[in-house]
Formats: sequence, structure tokens, C-alpha cells
Amino acid sequence: MKEQAPLLEVENLNVRFHLRTGTVEAVRGVSFSLGRERLGIVGESGSGKSQTGRAILGLTPPPGEITADRLTFDGIDLLSIPRRQLRNLRGGRMTMVMQDPKYSLNPVMTIGDQMIEAYRAHKRASRKEAREKALEMLEAVQMRNPGRVFSLYPHEASGGMGQRAMIAMMLVTDPDFLIADEPTSALDVTVQQEVLRILDRLVAERGMGLIFVSHDLRLVSSFCDRVLVMYGGKVMEELASGDLESAHHPYTRGLMNCLPALEGSAHPLPTLRRDPAWTE
Amino acid sequence: MSSVNSGYEGGGRTRALFSGLGAIGRVLSMVAITILGLLAVTFFISRVVPIDPVLAVVGDRAPPHVYERVREEMGLHLPVWQQFAIYVTNVLSGDLGTSVLTSRPVAQDIARYFPATLELATLGTLIGTVLGVPLGVLAAVRRGHFIDHLVRVVGLVGYSAPIFWLGLLGLLVFYANLGWVGGPGRLDISYEYMLTPVTGMVLVDAALTGDWAVFRNAISHIVLPASLLGYFSLAYISRMTRSFMLNELSQEYIITARVKGVSEQRIIWGHALRNALVPLITVIALSYAHLLEGSVLTETVFAWPGLGRYITNSLQNADMSAVLGGTLVIGVVFVAINILSDLLYRLFDPRTR
Amino acid sequence: MTGTFERTQTLREWLTDNEPSSRTQARFGRAYLSWRSLSRNPLAMLGLIVVVGLILVAIFADQLATQSPFIGGDLRTERLQPPSAEHWLGTDSQARDIYSRLVHGSRLTLMIVVLVTVIAMPVGLLIGTVAGYAGGWLDSVLMRITDIFLAFPRLILALAFVAALGPGIENAIIAIAITAWPPYARIARAETLTIRNSDFIAAVRLQGASTPRIIARHIMPLCLPSVIVRVTLDMAGIILTAAGLGFLGLGAQPPMPEWGAMIASGRQYIIDYWWVATMPGIAIFVVSLGFNLLGDGLRDVLDPKAAR
Ligand SMILES: Nc1ncnc2c1ncn2[C@@H]1O[C@H](COP(=O)(O)OP(=O)(O)OP(=O)(O)O)[C@@H](O)[C@H]1O
Ligand SMILES: [Mg+2]
Repeated sequence: MKEQAPLLEVENLNVRFHLRTGTVEAVRGVSFSLGRERLGIVGESGSGKSQTGRAILGLTPPPGEITADRLTFDGIDLLSIPRRQLRNLRGGRMTMVMQDPKYSLNPVMTIGDQMIEAYRAHKRASRKEAREKALEMLEAVQMRNPGRVFSLYPHEASGGMGQRAMIAMMLVTDPDFLIADEPTSALDVTVQQEVLRILDRLVAERGMGLIFVSHDLRLVSSFCDRVLVMYGGKVMEELASGDLESAHHPYTRGLMNCLPALEGSAHPLPTLRRDPAWTE
Repeated sequence: MSSVNSGYEGGGRTRALFSGLGAIGRVLSMVAITILGLLAVTFFISRVVPIDPVLAVVGDRAPPHVYERVREEMGLHLPVWQQFAIYVTNVLSGDLGTSVLTSRPVAQDIARYFPATLELATLGTLIGTVLGVPLGVLAAVRRGHFIDHLVRVVGLVGYSAPIFWLGLLGLLVFYANLGWVGGPGRLDISYEYMLTPVTGMVLVDAALTGDWAVFRNAISHIVLPASLLGYFSLAYISRMTRSFMLNELSQEYIITARVKGVSEQRIIWGHALRNALVPLITVIALSYAHLLEGSVLTETVFAWPGLGRYITNSLQNADMSAVLGGTLVIGVVFVAINILSDLLYRLFDPRTR
Repeated sequence: MTGTFERTQTLREWLTDNEPSSRTQARFGRAYLSWRSLSRNPLAMLGLIVVVGLILVAIFADQLATQSPFIGGDLRTERLQPPSAEHWLGTDSQARDIYSRLVHGSRLTLMIVVLVTVIAMPVGLLIGTVAGYAGGWLDSVLMRITDIFLAFPRLILALAFVAALGPGIENAIIAIAITAWPPYARIARAETLTIRNSDFIAAVRLQGASTPRIIARHIMPLCLPSVIVRVTLDMAGIILTAAGLGFLGLGAQPPMPEWGAMIASGRQYIIDYWWVATMPGIAIFVVSLGFNLLGDGLRDVLDPKAAR
């Protein structure tokens, strides 16, 4: 949108897994750029949404190989910087909230210790300072009793609490850019809204760039400025949220038709049409 | 709000305490049953012995009335369950019978020989853990590389080689040919009587009395058998560590730590290993218990005056009370180690607290 | 039409058919697939070669042995000879040819492994499946007994039993079998618990099958693969325990060429005549290694969850 230099630039990103049984092309030629704005990525399971996010953070798992014509964060070439520097960026300036707090928090460390670790990985601070920062952050995600949450082990926190703690942990270093990979899909519907509201507010307050990954086209379009529709590792279409109705691509239209309508019911239930030609 | 919260917290704590007590109660009753079972097994074994225990005492030319009297004195005319009750009572009061071979109470003998076994097995486990855990971690991290293959080979040899044979070869090479280590026994003969026993463990006693010449000599004797046991423990521990680490490293929280920008070393040793430690405790305890077993053969090879050798010596002399007493003690130690590992497990895993 | 088609099918096609037309074909097909993935594992194949080699040596021991395993040569001139063209692995203190004794000893090793397995596996399988299927107090009692046996270190318990029964190879086999079954019972029980509530067992039950029949015909066969993997992995342990008992003089009695006992008899000469104790040790090591490699390979194929 109305930005100067984009925060993130991705051009022709490919992620391949060379397996014994052949090569899996998880992401194929994805390009986009992002300022301090919100970009949604939607697509069905296996369409390469998560792998796109992980490639940006340099977290593609071992047999994977990344190639791109351009992959820069704030002008820094992510493909050529030393690992150490990339690690400093990761968690410091760019970060990610993962899907399920039940699995993505270390079960044998207290939430507080995990937050302190996140903070001290990037800031020169005493434990005490880090602790204060962490408590502050827990308050920012609307924990009623930050002190108590701080000393809980992950299994002692509910799903919504865990995910809010996760958000607090990932934002404790004041990053510029956040990937939220289906941050609410593992949660109870009743707390999904609350977590989204908190995320919404924090992103707005801090002016962060956000990539929001989801299955849910409606949610994404209400939450983000722009939407990237992916299928089979490729970008099918990029749309402004407002222009959803004018989507051209049959896949996007298919996705929209599959959204349950509030009034009336569709019979038979619409099915998603897929065409192998799209991924050619 | 906060008062509600703290109330909840208190409730949580009491609940945790109660469930903790319940767990302890369960463990205790399990232990009681298991130990009773151990006693039943040793009692059963003592009954299937083809040697007539009465004849063993009176000799086979004793007149019938003497035979009868001794039989009654030994309680053998009573019903089996009553004999078992007497046996249990005796054992629980520390009476394991008298050794025919040493003519001392078996309990006394065991108290004398056990420290030597404990010393050996403890040192072996220490060696196995200190080397095996890092080796297993590195094998998991560098999967498919040299160290991974090394751990595999070490494990296979450990699972396949007879320990007594390796012991003999070790003595042949390191003692007879190279002269790097002391020979069989715990000390050279010249040092044997210089030490006043305190704990019965030579290394500890020598250190306590500050007798460093004896200490050095004891080290030169223990190093080979302890390394041998350590090797077997390492084979097991490194293999299990590798598999636990592979499991932990594939968990989501590892990705979280990477996202946070935590260093790879910290991820491996701080996050993954800290989690792998939970099941590893059981493995280390198990390996310790098995070294007590391995010590039977090792002690025979190295003329190590421990419980294992006591059992085999008694066995070769048909000294059943001694054999069963020793067996029972090792069984109980086994159970004790299991309980200990269970408690440690609870300590290391917040989810079980 | 189908008939001619089937006739022109190669054996491999028949085995890998995705739609087997009979239960036998399905079974053979599965075995074939397992075999194919096993045969791709070179270490497992090495293990298999060792095990098959052991069996062949045991069968053809009379032909393979160059001399009598029991009667030695001249005690004055042929004792403790180093390996040579005549005595490939040297001679022992009774002037017997060590190679020939090792060859004949393979029979004892194989016999011990087979007999222990034949005794312990059915016992473990039966106790485990019954406990798992019946549940309730029967389960508790059986599992408690299993735990008690597991609470003794294996060699020590075997020692105690041999002490009671008297030394000898038969008693050693019985003692090892008594200590070997508990892990099989545990595994069989765990498998049974996962099968017990499955739909097909419910269906069989609805058809009016009796409990013993359900256990014997439907549950046991399903538990078998994991128990077999465990047994194969255990065989090395059985060999080592038997050798340990032999070494302590509690297993096979002289002059039987049992490998553990042979090590024991070479022990006092180890410093000057190293081969007497070393050769049988190598035999034990190679055979246990073979069983371990094969067991690892089988586990990877039959029980991929437990692999790693
Ligand atoms: N480690 C891996 N090895 C091989 N292939 C992989 C690996 N990780 C992911 N893939 C492949 O990459 C493709 C894209 O996966 P990705 O996780 O990005 O999908 P996704 O869009 O996030 O799906 P979901 O909505 O289910 O999370 C999938 O087809 C998957 O099979
Ligand atoms: Mg995903």
C-alpha cells in the first residue's frame, strides 16, 4: 500500500524437498512484497502456506532447499546473510506465532522462563529486567494475573491462555514483522475471537507487518488488507480484501462458494473444483 | 479477581498434594506386593531344591528320630503357607539364614560384600552416563554421520559380546601385555590390609582416610572392570538417548525455540535434552540395575569380592541360603532403583507433579 | 478371461497384486513386501546370513568338523597348540581341536535358542493375551506376576533356578525360559489392548465365537509380529545368558562343547594360550551379532513405529 521501502520482498520463491521417492515442490514461484501492513495467505491443506512462512524465517526443515530471485527483509538479503545474523533477525525483528500452544511450548519450562529466554536471546538484560518485560507483555495480552501465568507450566494453562502467552513471548522483543500461522485454529471457538482481537490490537499499536495464514477466507479478508490465494504451492491470485467479490480465479471463487452462507442453505453442498492445469 | 485466582491456585495445590499422596500410596503397595512376590519366588526355589535340607544337616546316617526332630526344628512339618509366613517373618527381621560355606549369617556376609559391587556398578553407570548421553545426543544431531554410525556399532557390540569374554581379553591386553592396569582383585596384596574399612568401598575409604597410595592402587584395579561395565551401560544409554533426542528434536517446541532465535547449542542441550532427560532417567536407572546383574560375571572374571561372586561361589558349593539371600537382595535393590527412578521422573517432569 | 490373465501373471505380479483374490494371496503378498524391504537392508541381510550359517553349521557339523569334538590328541604333544594348518583354531588343554568343538557347539547354541523360544514364547503370548482380553482382576494378577519376574535381574534369577534344579544344560534352558517370558507377555498384552475393542473383534464376538477361540484365532495372530520381533531381539540375550551360565559352570557340563564353558576352560591359560578362550568368544559374539542385526532389521520392517 502507501509505503516507502517494503519490509519484506519475495520474488520467485521455491521450496523443494528432495526425497528418496522424488522431489516435492512445496512452494513454487511465490512472489509478493509486504510493508507495515497485513497480508493474508489462504489455501487448502498442503498448498504451501506454512512452508512459505518458514522459508522466510529460514526454518525450512533439513531435506528442503530454498531458491529465490529475491528474498529480503528490510533490505537485508536473507539468503546470503550468515546464519548467526539470520538468527539475530529471527526472534529479534521477525517472528512467528504457531498453531497449537499445546505442542509449541516447551513442556518442561515455565512460560515465564521461556519468555525470558526469548527476550535475552536478543537484548542485553538482566534476568530481572527480562522478567519485568515479560510480565508487561503478559499484561498486554490481557492476562488477568500475569504473575501467576508467568510461573505456570504450559500444561497448566488453557488453550487460549497458552496462545496468548505464545503471542506475548513472540512479541516481547518488539519485532517489526510477524507471521501468524493459523494462530487460532487449534483453539476453542469461544476464545478464538478474543485471541484475534488481542493480536489485531497489538499489530495495530506496534505498526508491525503481518502475514496471517489461514484456511478461512472470510476471516482473512476481514483481518487483512490483502489476500494471497495459494494452491499447489503457487499463488493463484492476489486481491485486496475489498475486492474479494470481484475475484476472477475459479479456485478463489470456488473457495468463496464453499463458505457457509448465513441465510439459506445450499443443496447439494458445493464442492471445490480443482484443475491440475492451475499448477502447470 | 485475584482472590478468586489465588483460591483456585490453593485448590490446585492441595489437589496436587493429594494426588501425590495417592501416587505414593499406590507405589508403596505395589512395592509391598512385588517384594512379597520376590519372597514367594525365592521360597519356591528353596522348596524345589532336590537336596533334602534335613539330610544336609544331619547327614544320611542319622537315626529316624533324630531326622524327625531336626525336621520339626526346621519347621518342615508345618503346612507350606505357614512355612512361607515364617520365612517372610524371618527375612523381614533381617534373618536370611546361615551360610554353610562361611558359617556366618547370610545377612552379615551380604553387608560385607555388597559395597564392592555397589562401588563397581556405580562407577560403571557414571562412566556410561557421562559418555553415553553426549554421544547419543551427538548421534541424533548428526544423524547418518560418523558419530551416528559409531553409536550404532558401539551398541551392537555391547549387545552382542559376552561381558566375561571382553573382561578376559581386557585382562590379557591391558594387564598382562601392556601392564597399564592392576590385575584381578580390588587392591594389590601388599595394600590389602592397610585400609580400615568404613563404607566398604575401597575408593571412598581411601579418600576418607587420605591414603592416596591406596587410592591410586585401587583406581588401577577398578578402572578395567568399571570401564567394561561402563561400556555396556554406554551402549544402552547412548542408543536410547539418540532415539529420545530424535523424538524431541522433531517436536514443535523446537521450532518455537528456533523462531525465538535461540542458539542451536541451547536448543539441543537446553531444550531437547532437558525433555529427553525425563525418559532417560528410567533408562539410566535400568542400566544401573543391569550392571548389578552384569557384575556377577564381571566379578568372577576380575576376582572382585562383591555380591555377584559371593552368589556364584555359594552356588558352586550348594549353599542355598546364601544364593537365595543374595538373589533376594539384588531383587530388592532392583525394586528400590525402580522406585527411585519413578520419583526422579516426577521431579523432572512438571506434567506428573 | 480372468483365468488366462492370471495364468500369464508372473509370480511377482501375483504377490504384489493390489487386489488379492484370496486370503492366502494377501498373506503371501504381505510377507513378500516385508521380505523386499528387509532385503534392502544390508545389515539385516548380514544378520540373516549369520543365522542361516549357524543353522547350516549345526546341521552339517559332522561333515564340517575335522576332528572329534570330544576325544583329543596326544596330551603330551598336542595340548594347547596355536592355530595351524592341522588345527585351524588351535587345541585346548585336553588336546582337542577347538574348531571342531566350536562347530559342534553350534548345535548346543541353536538348541538352547530354539528350546527357550519354544517354551517362553507361547507362555508369554498366552499370559499376555489372556490378561489383555480378560481385563479386570485376572489382568491385575497376571501382570503383577509378570512384574515380579521382571523385578529380578534375568541372569540372577536363572542362577537361582539352576542352583535349585542343579547344573546342566536342560536346567539352564528351563531357567532361561522361566526368566524370558515376561517381556513377551507385556508386549502381547499391550497389543491385545489395542485390538480388543476393535470392530472386527466385536463382529467375531457377535457371530458367537467363544472367548478362547477369539483369543487363539484372532488376537494371538495379530500379536505375533511384535512378539516375534522381540523374541528375535532377545535371542542374542538368550545366547549370552546361556554362555554366562556355561562360563560359571552351571550350564552345559564338560565335555560338552558349549561355547561359554569353553571360555571358562580356557580362562586359566588366557595369558600364554590366548586362543583357547578367545575363539569361542568370537563365535558367541558373531552369532549374537547376527541375531541382533536380524532383529533390528525385522523391527524396522514389522514395527516401523518402534524403529528409529
Ligand atoms: N519436511 C517435509 N518433507 C517433505 N515434504 C514436505 C515437508 N514439509 C512439507 N512438505 C510438503 O510441502 C507441502 C506444503 O506444506 P505446508 O505445510 O506448507 O502446507 P500448508 O498449506 O501449511 O497446509 P496446512 O493448512 O495443512 O498447514 C505439502 O504438500 C507437504 O507434503
Ligand atoms: Mg500449515
